[in-house]
Amino acid sequence: MRIVVGQGSCGLAAGASKVYEVLLNSKNENDSFSVEITGCIGMCYLEPIVDIYEGDELVKRLVRVSAADAKRIAEAVRKGELSMLADIEISREDEEFLALQTRIALRNCGLIDPDSIEAYEAKDGYKALGKVLKTMSPEAVIEEIKTAGLAGRGGAGFPTWFKWNAARASAGDKKYLICNADEGDPGAFMDRAVIESDPHNLIEGMLIGAYAIGASEAVVYVRAEYPLAIKRLEKAIEAAMSKGYLGNDIMGSGFSCTMRIKAGAGAFVCGEETALIESLEGKRGMPRLKPPFPAQKGYNDLPSNINNVETFANVAWIINNGGEAFSAMGTENSKGTKVFALTGKINRGGLVEVPMGKTLRHVIYDIGGGIRGGKEFKAVQMGGPSGGCIPASLLDTVIDYKCLSATGAIMGSGGMVVMDEDTCMVNMARFFLDFTTKESCGKCIHCRIGTKRMHEVLTRITEGEGREGDVELLVELCEGIKDGALCGLGQTAPNPVLTAIKYFREEFDAHINEKRCPAGECSALRRYYIDKEKCVGCSLCARNCPVDAISGVVKQPYVIDDDKCVKCGKCYSVCRFGAVKKA
Amino acid sequence: MCSCNHEKSDLSLLDDVFKKYGNDSGNLITVLQKAQEIYGYLPIDVIYHIAANTNSTPAKVIGVATFYTQFRLKPVGKHLVMLCKGTACHVNGADGIEKAICEEFNIEDGGTTEDGLFSLKNVACLGCCSLSPVMMIDDVTYGSLTPEKAVEILHGLKKEAAE
Repeated sequence: MRIVVGQGSCGLAAGASKVYEVLLNSKNENDSFSVEITGCIGMCYLEPIVDIYEGDELVKRLVRVSAADAKRIAEAVRKGELSMLADIEISREDEEFLALQTRIALRNCGLIDPDSIEAYEAKDGYKALGKVLKTMSPEAVIEEIKTAGLAGRGGAGFPTWFKWNAARASAGDKKYLICNADEGDPGAFMDRAVIESDPHNLIEGMLIGAYAIGASEAVVYVRAEYPLAIKRLEKAIEAAMSKGYLGNDIMGSGFSCTMRIKAGAGAFVCGEETALIESLEGKRGMPRLKPPFPAQKGYNDLPSNINNVETFANVAWIINNGGEAFSAMGTENSKGTKVFALTGKINRGGLVEVPMGKTLRHVIYDIGGGIRGGKEFKAVQMGGPSGGCIPASLLDTVIDYKCLSATGAIMGSGGMVVMDEDTCMVNMARFFLDFTTKESCGKCIHCRIGTKRMHEVLTRITEGEGREGDVELLVELCEGIKDGALCGLGQTAPNPVLTAIKYFREEFDAHINEKRCPAGECSALRRYYIDKEKCVGCSLCARNCPVDAISGVVKQPYVIDDDKCVKCGKCYSVCRFGAVKKA
Repeated sequence: MCSCNHEKSDLSLLDDVFKKYGNDSGNLITVLQKAQEIYGYLPIDVIYHIAANTNSTPAKVIGVATFYTQFRLKPVGKHLVMLCKGTACHVNGADGIEKAICEEFNIEDGGTTEDGLFSLKNVACLGCCSLSPVMMIDDVTYGSLTPEKAVEILHGLKKEAAE
C-alpha cells in the first residue's frame, strides 16, 4: 500500500508537512506500506488530503487530516482495517467536485509525485516529445496546434499556433522560447499548482514549442512569491537534463535546447509580455511599444515566443491525443478546457478544469457547491484587475472568450472570486484600483495619474464623501485611460469600475446620495444597532466593546450609543444570537 | 565609491556572486536577489558596489531596486510577515486581520516593530486563495486566519524568540 500526502502550497499551509512527518515517524521497519508525496489535487478546501493506493488504484481518499489522524492512518493501513478511517473519508458530495471536471492541463496534478520524473514517464510523460522529434516537422506541430484551436490561457486568448508560426517565420538562428509564470493576478493560482504538481508537463510542452519555433534556449519566468514552485521546477529541469530530455541532441534527434528559471522580483506588470522581456534583461519592467512584436524582436532583440504555463500544459496532451480531440471540446470560438481558481465566498474552493461552453452557474453551484453560509450570490469576479464582476442575472453565461467579454469582464487567466450579499461593489472597485495604482509602472500618464484619480474618487465614495457627478467623472476617466495607455494593464484597468457601474449603479447612488452602504461593508457608512427582540441581555457585546459604547442591564436588551461607537464590528462578530445588526 | 553614506557592509561577500553573474547586465535582478539574501536588505554601499561591478550606474541599480516590490532598502525585522491582500483575501476579511496585527503590535504596513522582531508587508497575492485570508511568515504560509488567530500566531513567535 502507498500512503500519499498532498503537498502543494495550499496543503502545506493547511498542515500537510506535519501529517507527512507523523506518517513517516509512525512507519516502522516491518511495515510494508510506503509514505509518498504528491502535488495539489485542487480540492483546496479539504486540505490536508491523504490518499491510500493499492498499486495504482486509489482505495481511499481522506480529507482534512490532522496530525492525530495521521497516526491512526498508519495503524489502519498496517492492520488492513481501512474502515477505521470512515470519519475522515471524503463525502460523496465532495467527490462530485472532481467527478464533474475534465482534466487536461491538470491531468497529473495530485496524482503523481512531482519530484519523480519516472512517475511522469509512467503517465506517458515525454512520449509526445519523442513523437514530435522523431516523426513530425516543426510545421506539422504548428498545424496540429492550429487544429486543436488552442488559445493563450494567460488571459488574452490569442491563437497559440499564430504566435508560434510568427516566431518560426522570423529570420535568425538564435530564438528564445519563454514561459510566462508571473502569475500576479490576485485570486489566481492555476499556474502555481501546475508547476508545483506536474512540472515535467510544463517542461515537455515548452520543449515541443521550442522545437516548433526553432528555439535553442528556453526560460521560465516565475514570480518570486512561489518558492516551492521554483524549487520543484529546478529539480525537474535537472532530472530532465540527466535523462536526456533537455540539453544537446535531445533523444538522439539532433534538436538541442537548454532551459533555465528566472525568478521575478514582484511586479504585476511583468505579466505583460514586453515588460517581462525588459525584466528578463535586468531592467525595470516597463512595457515596450508594439510593433516590433516579440516574435520579431524580443528578448535580447532576438525573435522570442512567450506563452503562459497553462497553454504549455495542454500541448503534450494535444500531441498525444490529436488536435481534433481537443477541439471537439468547447464552443465555436473557444476550444478545449479552461482551469479556474474558484475562491471567495464559495462552499468548495479550489481548482476547477471544465470544457469551454459550460455555464458559470455550473461551475459555481454544481462544482463549487454554491455560496457559503446559505447567503445570496451577488457577483463573480473574473479576470482580476483587468476583468470585471458578473452579476447574478448573467449566471447562465457560457465560458467562452467572446461571451465573457460581452459581459464587460474577461476570461482572464482563470481567477474566479465569488462574492455574496455582504460584499460592497463600490469597495470592490476601489480595491482593484488600489491594486492598479500601486502596480502601474508609471510610463503612461493616463494610467499613472488616471488610476490614482479614480482611486481617490472611489475612496471618497466609500467614505461617505461622494459627490454628485462622481460616477460620470469615473466613466470619463475610464475612457481616457483605455485610450491613453500603452499596455494591457492600463487599457484594462478601468474594467472593474466600468462593470461595477454597469451592473451595480444603485450601490454607487446609495453611497453618494443616501450616504448608505447597502452591503454594510464600508465602515464609515455603517451603523450597528441591537435588535431588541433577539437580544437576551448576555452582556457579551458590552464586555467586548473597546470604547464602552454599549450599555444595559443583564437579561434585558442592550443599546449601542451611536456617538461613542467606532464601528469596529466587534459586537457584531461576538454576538451568539444574531441580535447585533448592521445598517 | 560614494562616501555620502555611513553604512559599511562586508562587500567581499559578493565576490562569488559577481564571479557567477557579474559579466551580464541582464543578471542585475538576480545579483540584487543574491545580495538581499546575504545582507537581508540592500544597503546603499552595496548598491554602489553592485553598480561598479556589473558595468552599470548607481541610478540604474536603484531604479531597478525600487521598481520591484521584493527589494528592500531598509533592514527588516527578524520575521517578515507578508499579509496577503489579494481578491479572495479581501473578500474574506484581510483588512480586519491587518487592523488586528497593527493594533496589537503597534506596527503599520512597511514598518517594523520597536523590538525589531516583526516587519509587516502587505502583498498582492500569495496564491493560496482557497485558504484565504492568509499570511506568509518566513516562507511558511498560514491559512484560514481570523484576527484572533493571526495575533496568536505572532505572539507564539514572540514567545519563541524570548526563550
